[in-house]
Parts: sequence; C-alpha cells; structure tokens
Amino acid sequence: MLSIENLTAEVDGKEILKGLTLEVPDGEVHAIMGPNGAGKSTLSYALSGREGYEITGGSVTLNGQDLLEMEPEERAAAGLFLAFQYPVELPGVGNANFLRTALNAIRRTRGEAEVDAMQFLKLARARMKELSMPEDMLKRGVNVGFSGGEKKRNEILQMALLQPKIAVLDETDSGLDIDALRIVADGVNAMRGPNFSALVITHYQRLLNHIVPDRVHVLADGRIVASGGPELAHRLEAEGYAGVLGEAA
Amino acid sequence: MNIQTPSGNAAGFLHRYAGLAERLPGAGVEAVRRLREAAAETLAAAGLPSRRVEAWRYTDLTPVLRAEFREALTPVDEAVELPPARAERRAVFVDGRFRADLSSLDGLDAAALSDVVGDVAGRLNTVASASQPMVTLNTLLFEDGLVLDVAEGVDAGRLELLSLASGETESTIHPRHLIRLARGARLVLLETAASPSGARHLHNPVFEIEVAEAAVLTHVRVQREAAGAYHLAHLGVRVAEGGTYDGFVLNAGGRISRSETHLALLGPRATAHLNGAQLVAEGQLADTTTALDHAAPNCASRQTVKTVLSGRSRGVFQGKILVRREAQKTDGYQMNQALLLSEDAEIDSKPQLEIYADDVKCSHGATAGALDPDSLFYLRARGIPADTARAMLVRAFLQEAVEIVEDEVARDALDEAVQGWWVGHGGEAA
Repeated sequence: MLSIENLTAEVDGKEILKGLTLEVPDGEVHAIMGPNGAGKSTLSYALSGREGYEITGGSVTLNGQDLLEMEPEERAAAGLFLAFQYPVELPGVGNANFLRTALNAIRRTRGEAEVDAMQFLKLARARMKELSMPEDMLKRGVNVGFSGGEKKRNEILQMALLQPKIAVLDETDSGLDIDALRIVADGVNAMRGPNFSALVITHYQRLLNHIVPDRVHVLADGRIVASGGPELAHRLEAEGYAGVLGEAA
Repeated sequence: MNIQTPSGNAAGFLHRYAGLAERLPGAGVEAVRRLREAAAETLAAAGLPSRRVEAWRYTDLTPVLRAEFREALTPVDEAVELPPARAERRAVFVDGRFRADLSSLDGLDAAALSDVVGDVAGRLNTVASASQPMVTLNTLLFEDGLVLDVAEGVDAGRLELLSLASGETESTIHPRHLIRLARGARLVLLETAASPSGARHLHNPVFEIEVAEAAVLTHVRVQREAAGAYHLAHLGVRVAEGGTYDGFVLNAGGRISRSETHLALLGPRATAHLNGAQLVAEGQLADTTTALDHAAPNCASRQTVKTVLSGRSRGVFQGKILVRREAQKTDGYQMNQALLLSEDAEIDSKPQLEIYADDVKCSHGATAGALDPDSLFYLRARGIPADTARAMLVRAFLQEAVEIVEDEVARDALDEAVQGWWVGHGGEAA
C-alpha cells in the first residue's frame, strides 16, 4: 500500500503541496485529476525523489518503507515506478542497454539473478509485441527520434519489464492519439492484479475510459479536495473543475 | 623565474643536443646535420613558445621547461609489457627506439628511421613544418621512428604502432614517423602511446603523413600515458585528390598533453576527418589543436571533438579551418563539446573559420556544460545507481565521437581506453 500523509513540498521556495493525504491499497488503481497548477506533477516528482522538490513535512510510505529517506534509485528498487510526462531523450545510450541495466539494477537489489543479453532480448521482445512496438526501438538511443506515442509506449515497456508494486503515471495520456492511448491503457490494464497498484495522474477524463479507476481524487491547490468512485471523473468532465471544486469548497 | 632571457627557455634541450649530436642518427649525413643545426639555431633564438604566443595561449609549457630530464639514448633492453595485439603486424618502440625483436612488419615496406635516415633525409620537414615549435624540438633530437610506404593500390590492412615507455624513463623521446600511401593505397594505423604509472618522460612524436590520390589512411591515436608524463605531438598531413585522412585522437593521459594536427587538402574531392576525444582528470591538461587547410575545390572535412573533464583539470580545443579562394564547394563541419563533471574544471575552446571562397558550406558549433540533471534523474528513477548512471551518460557523450570511427578494431580500442580511463578515475563500469 502507498500511503501519503499530510505531505507538504516546495519548489523554488514556493509551497506547492499543502498537506496532501492519500492511500492507494494494493491491487487498486486510483486516479488523480486536477486543474493546471494544482500540483499534479510536483506530486509525482516528490514521490520519486527528484532534486529540487523539497519535502517540508508529512510522510510517504510504500508497504511501510519510508520512501522519503531513499534515493530515487532506491525508491525504484522498492517498487515505485514513475511514467514520465516528458520522457527524456538519451542520445548515445542504447535503449536495450538502458532497459537491461535498469532491470538488472533492480533485480540485484531484490536479490534476484541478473538476466544476460539473450534472456533480456527474449523478455523485451515478448513485452514489445504486446505494446505493438517495432523491434528496432531496442537498437535506437533511448527515446531518440521517438514520436510522442512511442515515448509513452517505451515508458509502459519499462514498467512492464521492471514489474513495480506501484506505478505513478504522470499525464501519460498527454499528446497521445486514440490508438496510442488504447495501447498504453492495455499495457496498464495487463499489469492489474493483487500485487500492482497505480496512481493515474491526468487532466482529462478520457484516459479513465480505458483505465477504469477504483477511486478518483481531485487535487486542487496542493490538497485532495474530493474523492469518489469512477463517476466523479464523469462529473468533472460534465461540470468542469469549477463546478465540482465550488461544491467541495 | 626559470626563464632568464626570452630566448633561453630551450637551453636544457640545446645542452642535451650538444652532448648527443655525434650519437644521434644521421650525425654523418650532411642534410640531417643541417636540419638539426637549423633547429638548434631556431630554438636558441626564439625558444619554445610561451603563453604570449597565440597558438600556445591556453597551454603553458613552463612545467615541461622546468622538468629535469635524463639524457636520452640510454640503451634499454628490459622487457616491457606489451598490450594485447589488435593486429597481426605491429611496430614497437620502447623509450623511443625501434624494437625489431618485439615488432612484426611482414610484407610491409617499413624500416626504422635510425637505419635509413640517410636515404630519407630529403623527406624530413617537408610535410611537417620546421617552423612549428614541436617539430623544431623533434628535429633537434629525433632518434628513431617508423618509415612506412604503402605501394600503389595496396590495401595494407591494419598496423599497430606502439610507443611504450619503460618504467624508469624520465627522459625525452622524440620519434619521427614518415608515412606515405601511394595512389589508391589503404592502411589502418592503430597507434597507442602508453607508459607505466609514475613515468615522467616527455614524448614528442612528429608524424609526416602523405596520402596520395584516392588513398585512404585511417589513423587512430590512443594516448594514455602516465599522469605525470608530458605528451606533445605534431602531425603534418597532406592529402591529394580524392584521398582520405580519417583521423581520431584520444588524449587520455599525461600531465600536459597536446596533439596538434596540421592538415592540407591539396587536391579536389579530398576528405579529412579530424575527430577526437579528451579525458582529463585532476591536475591534467589536454589540448587538441588542429589547423585544416582547404586548398582545393570540392573537398570535405568533418571534425567532432569531445572533452570530458573531472577534478581540477583543463581542456583546450583550438580548431582552425582555412578555406582558400580556390577551394570552392568546400563542405566543412566542426563541432566541439565539453562535459564538465566538476566545478573546478575549465575548457578553453577556440574555433576559427577563415573563408575566402564564396561558394562553401561550413558549419561549426561549440558547447560546454555539466551532466544533464534530467537525464541523470531519468536513469536513477529506473533504479540505476547514480554512479552507473553518470558512467552511462559520460559514455554516451563520447559515443557520438567514437562511433564515427568505422574500423571496428579501432573503435574497440577506443571504447576500451575510454572505459579504462573512467574506471581508473573512480567511476563505475557502464
């Protein structure tokens, strides 16, 4: 279970998260929706330990482990995965080498045997087929020359290979056409099970037609201001943030 | 002050020359003798360059001039550790002397300069200019070198050129290599300069390279000498019509190292690649200086030089491209980039384009910066430890230069040297 309690965080001295409390039990998919500037991306970076996102109070635990004490790579090894809104291009770093290095780093800390190049290729190819990714994407530099949709699929491929306990998807739907959206959603849905949970951060409801959440939370001004079932997302779509937020306030 | 008079800073070298003159190869050859005497006069009058000389503004030779070297030409017979072979043929030089017992030059028209200097005296200082300070110094004291001719149409394959220093060396080594490819000939020259840690010698190699019509020379230099050594190399290169000089210089060792290449494209459709990488750590200075002369039309030149700096270190890139009036349709590209891993590192970068032709395509660029924090975070967010992530990004940065080298064996040699440097300086293997 991911448990966030009264989290406060600053960026450049400005308080963005102002006491955010949220629990995502194992096996559940939760959505966080909110208007621009509500703190959605700050939440995902604060959870994953990015430099420049200063935690000023509160706690974050994953199955009882204190995430805030950990380096970003330790959080990943503990089972946290952040699907980036803007995946970084890494020219000169081969995608296959990157994926295998990441997989083996995580397997090492879990006490599992490393996979060699052949085993890795077999694993990766199977996952890539599910994601309709052309095989040459393994040979290219990480995200270099990838279209927006390919970059997001590459994020989902990483998630599928690393098998996290919880995935935070930071506006993974942005810039996706409907076909890519479906592939991404299928990738997440394929992971669903008792040992996987997800926090789907999005501005729009359309992704949630494909990844149906167990709970929907509304983030505004650094706090969760409303929570409900999937129907809350539909209400937001119909009434807009102003309507729902007006009522919550 | 170690410099009493502006012209006296080469006194140590001149003194050594006076003691050695009769024992240096070619002592009995009038033409060689004249060249050496002329070099002595130049050095006595002008000395070695100070930082007031524009071309040496960023590389201060004072530590070299202050160093006390032992007399050269000490006979060395001790066994040296040879790196694993990368080619069937190799020319091995230990402390500057050709070692026939360690070399194999089967099927090549090759000789030790000390054996044939009388026959090739007329080739000395014809491609490399005697007015260049490192050529002058080499002319004064050269003791040996490789003389290699690849005949017309012959593909000579790969040849290793190893310049090794023995452990005891605190001397100065001045090899002179004369390499000539006849029309349509091909050669891949894999050069390594290495010395055991603790060595404090000066290595001052000079190359005179002629690439005839349609010939192709791939020349990869890996300089990984001891951190206390000095390496001051000068390469003179002439490329004729349709010929290609495909050069790569890796500067990864030495307290002060400078690799200076002067290349002229003399016939139409000639090509030059002057790529390189520099790996500079605490207390070191590495300098890549090139002067590229486009003297004929329809020629192409490509240059990508990458420098990685850690600790208190300095890197220098000076790249001059001259496009003469007659060099129409020149296609030139130059890029130099520096990656600074420490706040105490410094890069001095001086691209210089001088274009007199009106129908040319020349582009150049320079960047300097630290590792990109977004890239680093992306890797770490995937579980990759920070050290490994940094190693991956440093390799990726260099990759763009290394991958230009087409010869697989040469590329492997570079990869290995890069990896060896990184691990040797406390980095993780990636």
